[in-house]
Amino acid sequence: MGRYVLRRLLQLIPVFLGTTFIIYTLVWAIPVDPFAGKCGQRPCPPAYVAAMRAKFNLDDNLFVQYVKYLGRLFTGDFGQTFAGADVSTLIANAYPVTIRLALVALVVEAVVGMTAGVLTGLRKNGFADNLVLVATLMLISLPVFVTGYILRGLFGTPRGTSFFDLIVPGVVLGSLSMAYVARLTRTSIAENRRADFVRTAIAKGLPTGRVVGVHLLRNSVIPVVTFLGTDLGALMGGAIVTEGVFNIRGIGGLVFTNIQQQQGVVVTGVVTLLVLVYLLMSLIVDLLYAVLDPRIRYE
Amino acid sequence: MSDPSVAASEPTLDPGAEIKQDDSGRRQDKPRSLGSDAWHELRRKPTFMVSLLIILLVVVMAVFPGLFTHVDPSAADLSHVRQGPSPQAWFGYDVQGSDVYSRVIYGTRASLLVGVLSTIGAVAIGGIVGILAGYYGRLTDSVLSRFADIFAGMPFVLGAIVILMTFNAPGSNPGEVRIITQVVLSIAVLSWPVAMRIMRAATLVAKQQDYVKAARGLGAGPLRIIVRHLLPNTVAPVLVYSTISLGANIGAEATLSYLGIGLRPPVVSWGVMISDAKDYFTVAPHMLLFPAAFVSVTVLAFVMLGDAVRDAFDPKSR
Repeated sequence: MGRYVLRRLLQLIPVFLGTTFIIYTLVWAIPVDPFAGKCGQRPCPPAYVAAMRAKFNLDDNLFVQYVKYLGRLFTGDFGQTFAGADVSTLIANAYPVTIRLALVALVVEAVVGMTAGVLTGLRKNGFADNLVLVATLMLISLPVFVTGYILRGLFGTPRGTSFFDLIVPGVVLGSLSMAYVARLTRTSIAENRRADFVRTAIAKGLPTGRVVGVHLLRNSVIPVVTFLGTDLGALMGGAIVTEGVFNIRGIGGLVFTNIQQQQGVVVTGVVTLLVLVYLLMSLIVDLLYAVLDPRIRYE
Repeated sequence: MSDPSVAASEPTLDPGAEIKQDDSGRRQDKPRSLGSDAWHELRRKPTFMVSLLIILLVVVMAVFPGLFTHVDPSAADLSHVRQGPSPQAWFGYDVQGSDVYSRVIYGTRASLLVGVLSTIGAVAIGGIVGILAGYYGRLTDSVLSRFADIFAGMPFVLGAIVILMTFNAPGSNPGEVRIITQVVLSIAVLSWPVAMRIMRAATLVAKQQDYVKAARGLGAGPLRIIVRHLLPNTVAPVLVYSTISLGANIGAEATLSYLGIGLRPPVVSWGVMISDAKDYFTVAPHMLLFPAAFVSVTVLAFVMLGDAVRDAFDPKSR
């Protein structure tokens, strides 16, 4: 187990470096002039440009720049914007809102999706089954912003950023994944329903609630957990559209305005954080397998 | 709605088993290959036929938009601005006073083009990398898989925003061909790892089969084994995935255009129309809802087609 975790952590390193390096290159190396339009209508004074180039190490080789940036990142220093604001403060202000939104979405999709999946998986081809199949197809084919505009029209924009206020945006954000969770659970339950261990459980006279809830569900839930785990990262990255529709000031809006203003530090900082969340979640999911299914061993 | 606990009990298990026996009895009379079996299965499915019809209609719309409307999509009459649906203009007029119906019809081409090209791109990159990783295994596999992880770890919308904004500084106006190419490439680059994983998994299974060992024993080189033996046996799951992802990519085009970083006027696409309409949703919802409905129905058709084909090729799910 310990060796497995270590090996997985070592595998994360090249992926983390690769992703962040690509983003860093895209943000810092490719734009011709990062100072275009930074000083109003006139070109920036040479002294300012020189100071900024020195501050962001822009005169170094790309790899040296990247390593210097990473070095500061590991000491917890996300850097400062051109205007001098601390990026870590900006992220600290926006991040909790997005995490809350993503968590609400995750809970909604897990609860609603799995319930629908279990109900339909047990009764394949029944009325409820077809209803859920059609509903999931609708959700999959509706673009997120359309669901967003419709629900915003019905419920209005949220007043605050508490968990309760974020329920409607959370439903919108999680709607697509909810459909996938329902379908995954349904397939998995339907496959395991005829398994020997379920027959044994019924034969030894266990109440049906226990057969479904413990024996069947625990064995069917692994693909769903995989999906939910990797989805948390995707939800935070994808929250940008939902945040735009509902006018929530989270991480998505922060990235979007800062790309427009070409504030590279903010963009690289946020994306690095999101990549880290995604990678750690996929590691946690891998470790959860052994808890859910003791037959899985890590060599 | 019924009590779920009843379903798990013995009686419901029996009919399922009976049907299975019935099925195998029928198949014994007339042996068929998996492919023709799947085709027979598909022809009887209404969802398959319906989605095929919708896709055909959309393709005809994209190729010959003139068959459906005689109104010029770029003709604008300011006296009609934001008017709702009427007998003259079935879907109403947009903020420039152009006919929404005509624009939706002419927008099909760009939307479908982006969807098809980005899917081809993602499947080509993912398929090649996946089959190489699966066939060579060991170090090649580790390196290629980690390489795929790099792109899988990037959040889709954020990655696309960074890519598209980097290559088109805000306020610049790139040409029509250039922006379409960029959108296609960024969708493909961010979504190929899924195709790669499916292809790699299928290759790992197919590699163990006797016919591959036999071919290798007869002296076939890696290229011949991959092209003649592995590819025909691994292509089905990737094709099923690509039908579903084609739908998803049409939706992605709409999302990127909605954010103002995808296609932009003078190109007409469903995403561009939605992006133009989003600020007027409360006063003129028809401007957003009609193109959005076209996106949804098209995506729906591709997802349904993919579902039906996957079920037909997977005997276990019957």
